[in-house]
Amino acid sequence: MASAAAAGIAAQNVRKSFGDHVVLENVSLAVEEGTILALLGPNGAGKTTMVRILSTLIPPDSGSMRIAGHDVVNDPDGVRAVIGVTGQFSAVDNLLTGAENLQLMADLRHLGREAGRRRVAELLEQFDLADAADKLLSAYSGGMRRRLDLAMTLVDQPQVIFLDEPTTGLDPRSRRTMWQIIRQLAAAGVTILLTTQYLDEADQLADRIVVLDQGRIVAEGTPAELKSRIPGGHVQLHFADPRGLRTAAELLPAAGSDQDQLVLQVPADGTVDSLRDLLNELHEARIVVERLSIHTPDLDDVFFGVTGSHVSAQPNQDSRLQGAANR
Amino acid sequence: MTTLAYTLSDSRVMLRRNLKHQLRYPSMTVMLIGLPIVLLLLFVYVFGGQLGAGLGTHDGRGAYLDYVVPGLLLITVASVVQGTSIMVAMDMTGGIIDRFRTMAIARASVLTGHVLGSLIQTLAAMVILIGVAFGLGFRSSAGPLSWLAATGILALFAFALIWLAVALGLAAKSVETASNTPMILLLLLFLSSGFVSTATMPTGLRQFAEYQPFTPVADAVRGLLSGTAVGGHAIAAIAWSIGIAVVSYLWGVRLYNRRRAAEPK
Repeated sequence: MASAAAAGIAAQNVRKSFGDHVVLENVSLAVEEGTILALLGPNGAGKTTMVRILSTLIPPDSGSMRIAGHDVVNDPDGVRAVIGVTGQFSAVDNLLTGAENLQLMADLRHLGREAGRRRVAELLEQFDLADAADKLLSAYSGGMRRRLDLAMTLVDQPQVIFLDEPTTGLDPRSRRTMWQIIRQLAAAGVTILLTTQYLDEADQLADRIVVLDQGRIVAEGTPAELKSRIPGGHVQLHFADPRGLRTAAELLPAAGSDQDQLVLQVPADGTVDSLRDLLNELHEARIVVERLSIHTPDLDDVFFGVTGSHVSAQPNQDSRLQGAANR
Repeated sequence: MTTLAYTLSDSRVMLRRNLKHQLRYPSMTVMLIGLPIVLLLLFVYVFGGQLGAGLGTHDGRGAYLDYVVPGLLLITVASVVQGTSIMVAMDMTGGIIDRFRTMAIARASVLTGHVLGSLIQTLAAMVILIGVAFGLGFRSSAGPLSWLAATGILALFAFALIWLAVALGLAAKSVETASNTPMILLLLLFLSSGFVSTATMPTGLRQFAEYQPFTPVADAVRGLLSGTAVGGHAIAAIAWSIGIAVVSYLWGVRLYNRRRAAEPK
């Protein structure tokens, strides 16, 4: 917690309700300096409200929060000086060009004429917007706007950034570019809190994940911890004929068999040793397996396990699209 | 830099942003500045012959032109503030305002940027209108001091209405509402001494017309430009302007700060 106080995020017992509707109930989280925490949950879980509270946009009903050592409630300007926020709705000025948008941020951050101009040029280059620098935003694609949005957040090199659903609505290629940028930021020591409803995004980016559902934390840990916490890992053995399936089922009583598909599902923890043991056992019993596939639990399993409902599984669709695009 | 220096710097940045907006959104700027000119032509060449006959001079249309210019200067103000209201509402309903709020910038600068930008736009629009009026034959016997005083009164009144428009823009739930509510100002202007003498109106309407802000401003400016007595009109105009400015400012700032606590979306 000490390091979180230095340049990270520490929030304790944050509560917020709008009228009778409780949006956040005793949410506590800590993000260590230079790490990424993903706040994962379906629409309406309270993710955006948490970001709005931490970024000083709305006050909490109760709770204590410190960002890089600054108290959110008592020292909002101190917080504002060290954070950058990229919201769900693009926070760009549509009547200005890309370069003017960045220059506006540089001026408002009081970078000074020379330093400001240098930083603007640097960001245009880094975010691959140099060619479109002098175009009005009406000529920008969704991905370009999102990149500009993030670039605007980074003008003054904030220590802590909040990304509210940074890739929602982006095409797969832009999404991957965005992921790459976020990883680079964390590698450079920036503390990042991002919200997402995409499980693969949290899995890809986050050091730690907090699963939020209806304003409450329902699970938290590293992606690996969350996955290991729930059962669901197994090896699928495919057989050429029912006889092989039957023999194997007798050998492995813990497995579930599917007579129609000629498939046997053997529970497994995903380690190489257990897989080797399983294969040796089958080999010694002279059982011929046509092929096998390994299923490791993904975050959808986690989410189902802790909330009893699935989250939209867009990522799968995305990777398929990505595959098609690469071909 | 001191807090004051930051406030000034941030306000200047916001002002520059708003002036750029006016240039980048030319259809609106042209519309807001063009409307008073179209109305000037309409009043002088369509209504002017008939209305001027009531003024009892040899050249009725020319006399009416001299009479109506202050009214059209006020149309210019009412027209530009409609744009202010729209621009403020566009800012507030867009994502960029949240970005500004999460930055350590002078809180007032977003609003002062709008106010100063609109004031410059109003003054520019009035200069254009006066230019067109001179082209049509408008003549004034006013000396430099009277021109200065008239400009001061108009600028102060514009400042007040701009703050009112800012508050209306902040209060509006949508850009459409923000574009409609300032229309009330145009209606008020028609029910004043801007286009015809209040003496020609029926009693009830005349009383209303004499006790609303547009009449003393129109009368004061008309007096200054035609070299006749201004008297209490100027004082009433200044009092109305300060009153509207203070109330609108307080209301606007309150709305602006209260938005913080609002539920997202």
